[in-house]
Amino acid sequence: MTSTTTPYRGEHDDTPLPAGGPNPPAGPDKNTGESLGREAWRRLKQNKAAMASLVILTLMALICFIGPHLLPWALDEVDWSNFQTAPSLENGHYFGTDANGRDILVRTLFGGQVSLSVALVATFVSLVIGVLYGAVAGYVGGRTDNLMMRFVDIMYSLPFMFLVILLMVVFGRNIFLIYAAIGAVEWLDMARIVRGQTLALKRREFIEAAHALGVGGPTIVRRHLIPNTLGPVIIYVTLTVPKVILLESFLSFLGLGVQEPLTSWGVLISEGKDMMESAPWMLIVPSVFLAVTLFCLNFLGDGLRDALDPKTR
Amino acid sequence: MSALLELAHLSVTFDLPTGPVTAVKDVSLEVKAGETVALVGESGSGKSVTSTAIMRLLPELARIEGEIRFDGKTLTNLKDRDIRALRGNDIGMVFQEPMTSLNPMHRIERQIREVLEKHTDLRGNKARARVLELLKQVGIPEPERRIKSYPHELSGGQRQRVVIAMAIACEPKLLIADEPTTALDVTVQAQILELLGELQARYGLAILFITHDLNLVRHVADRVCVMQHGDLVEQGPTRDVFANPSHDYTRMLLAAEPDGVKAPVADDAPVVLDARDVHVRFTTKRHLFRPDETFEAVRGIDLRVRRGQTVGIVGESGSGKSTLGRALLRLLPSTGQIVFDEMALQPLDQKALRPLRKRLQVVFQDPFGSLSPRMTVGEIISEGLKVHFPELSRREREARVIEALGEVKLDPAMRARYPHEFSGGQRQRIAIARALVLKPEFLLLDEPTSALDRSVQVTVVNLLRELQKKHGLTYVFISHDLSVVRAMSDTVLVMKDGAVVEHGPSEAIFTAPRVDYTRKLIEASFIDRVA
Repeated sequence: MTSTTTPYRGEHDDTPLPAGGPNPPAGPDKNTGESLGREAWRRLKQNKAAMASLVILTLMALICFIGPHLLPWALDEVDWSNFQTAPSLENGHYFGTDANGRDILVRTLFGGQVSLSVALVATFVSLVIGVLYGAVAGYVGGRTDNLMMRFVDIMYSLPFMFLVILLMVVFGRNIFLIYAAIGAVEWLDMARIVRGQTLALKRREFIEAAHALGVGGPTIVRRHLIPNTLGPVIIYVTLTVPKVILLESFLSFLGLGVQEPLTSWGVLISEGKDMMESAPWMLIVPSVFLAVTLFCLNFLGDGLRDALDPKTR
Repeated sequence: MSALLELAHLSVTFDLPTGPVTAVKDVSLEVKAGETVALVGESGSGKSVTSTAIMRLLPELARIEGEIRFDGKTLTNLKDRDIRALRGNDIGMVFQEPMTSLNPMHRIERQIREVLEKHTDLRGNKARARVLELLKQVGIPEPERRIKSYPHELSGGQRQRVVIAMAIACEPKLLIADEPTTALDVTVQAQILELLGELQARYGLAILFITHDLNLVRHVADRVCVMQHGDLVEQGPTRDVFANPSHDYTRMLLAAEPDGVKAPVADDAPVVLDARDVHVRFTTKRHLFRPDETFEAVRGIDLRVRRGQTVGIVGESGSGKSTLGRALLRLLPSTGQIVFDEMALQPLDQKALRPLRKRLQVVFQDPFGSLSPRMTVGEIISEGLKVHFPELSRREREARVIEALGEVKLDPAMRARYPHEFSGGQRQRIAIARALVLKPEFLLLDEPTSALDRSVQVTVVNLLRELQKKHGLTYVFISHDLSVVRAMSDTVLVMKDGAVVEHGPSEAIFTAPRVDYTRKLIEASFIDRVA
């Protein structure tokens, strides 16, 4: 038998399976060897909702950090002539004032600084710790996995408030403590999710193939395992950010979080809630800021997940 | 006699967001009562879409044109409720994968009763009696005990029997069997085919038999319809089609059987791999205070491979052949001696093994699972180079990747793409390129062709032979497909339950098997030649 078999080889073998979806249209970018990052960025750019969200989030951050300097009011400045006034253009309080005569817009922007940075830092910390911890536990397995996950269980069983109060007692009041406390709790969920994913991935043949190639353990975790857990991880991150913002407001509400005159969106909303009937703007303004941020984060998360999955191009 | 099932100019179009894709184009065929019609084609030919269109089980975005008539009724414009009354009652269906077509949470009794309760008024003890009767008919041993089992407690063949029992529970007139034996071992496959034949004789069932395997068709079907890319290219009585195929595609399918044998290697060629008394034990921890359970998957196997040789390992699923292969490469812990090129592998730890890995490579069965989905083909192939040849520059690596892709006859421009964009055969070529790029001496091929279509199998087999000749490679070839093993191997090892039952030169084993088990395997897999 010769090695040239049938006239059909090329035709059949090279035809993609229709069941797996149509062949993506051949674009000029097909064979240019882009890195996954650059390609993901290109795909993200095609997603209008995600791009709009990214722009809005960037603007939101800029406004929160620059805005207060452009406004005539300071964070704790009391306007003695305007207590709890509705939004108006004439007196310069475009979003009204609170019961102490402080400008709601300035306070909301300052609150945004705290909320956004807590969300960002705490989520990032939980992401890094959780993904690494979970992937290592799942990949190494056996006794190590058992020990690592039992530690997670112990952390779970510690009451969150107890942990925060303990930190406060030891280190005193500090905004970084809030970051630390929230981060220390949020990574637990992430670690469990990533570990579960890793356990499922570990049995796949491409991991075995990497072993057979002689690829070392740390490289397998970094190159083969973690990228393949990205889908659920990103979804979980988009859920974590709002959770963190709300957790921070909960702590502040209990008096364990940010201190007056500093504020956050959570604090402003809980204050506004009490004044809902007499001064609805106190609730509405920070709520709108928070809601827009969370909305955008969700869209961005969806877009990122799709962009990072090579199957969606 | 008029046709029981008639498809007239059936077309199925999927309205995908990227544009319409026509999976079935203008197909007309009929199935008469009591006959078996085989619908043959390779993956992507539209044969399964056709069968699901009959049952109207297609997803929402599918559009059906043309007409489907069954027993005097036009199915294409029936209401959903009426078609549900037909499903399972007048038309039974058997799917490919018996594990996934049974609900893992339900006992066998409940699975079958569900069908009975939907379509008949049998309840309580009467329903139970009918379930037992059905299980007896499909040849399940000890039906009284099995009725209480969960699907995972049954073997693959038994599960498929249960699925068949469900399909015939209401004595349908037509049975649609979509690759009913593809997931099964050859000996089990023969039993299932026999069962279908018996049931057909007893009930006068018409069977629409969907398969990619033409050799099966020769055994079971009265008439054959051959599909390619959604077109029905040929149909006719089985004997005529096989004796005198009129379409090129049919001819190609018929010829798509690896043939020829391997040129022998000199007896004094150096021994590359020598394994003695290899055992692999798996331990499952049951409970803290109970002793662990051990299962011995490989029981004392000796294996010797000379340079340039191919040793075929055959056996049914669960015989330990893949486990043995992995143990040889030290991907699984084992006991016994493994000597590669005069180096004992067992005392080495994973780190010490690493330099040897480039000489001992492996190609896995599942071309979908063995490529990392988030890496480009170029990255996948060059990964080993980064480990073993860190001194190479980026450009040199690239050149090696291009060379390897060329060797497996893929366009090197494809290296920027991701695995999901390739067909099964192409992915298997990528997996081969990943192994070849390291210039190994020894290649473990673990069912490299099993997940592929027949015609693609042949091309992969030929590619492997060519590469072996060109680079003087040594293969251990694991497969349950005896025709492929026969075409590839110098010597063959037949495994059963973790032990070798027969071992010898390939031709001797295939022409004059000494052990019953081997004879049974050969008979079952060369159905067409025996019949």
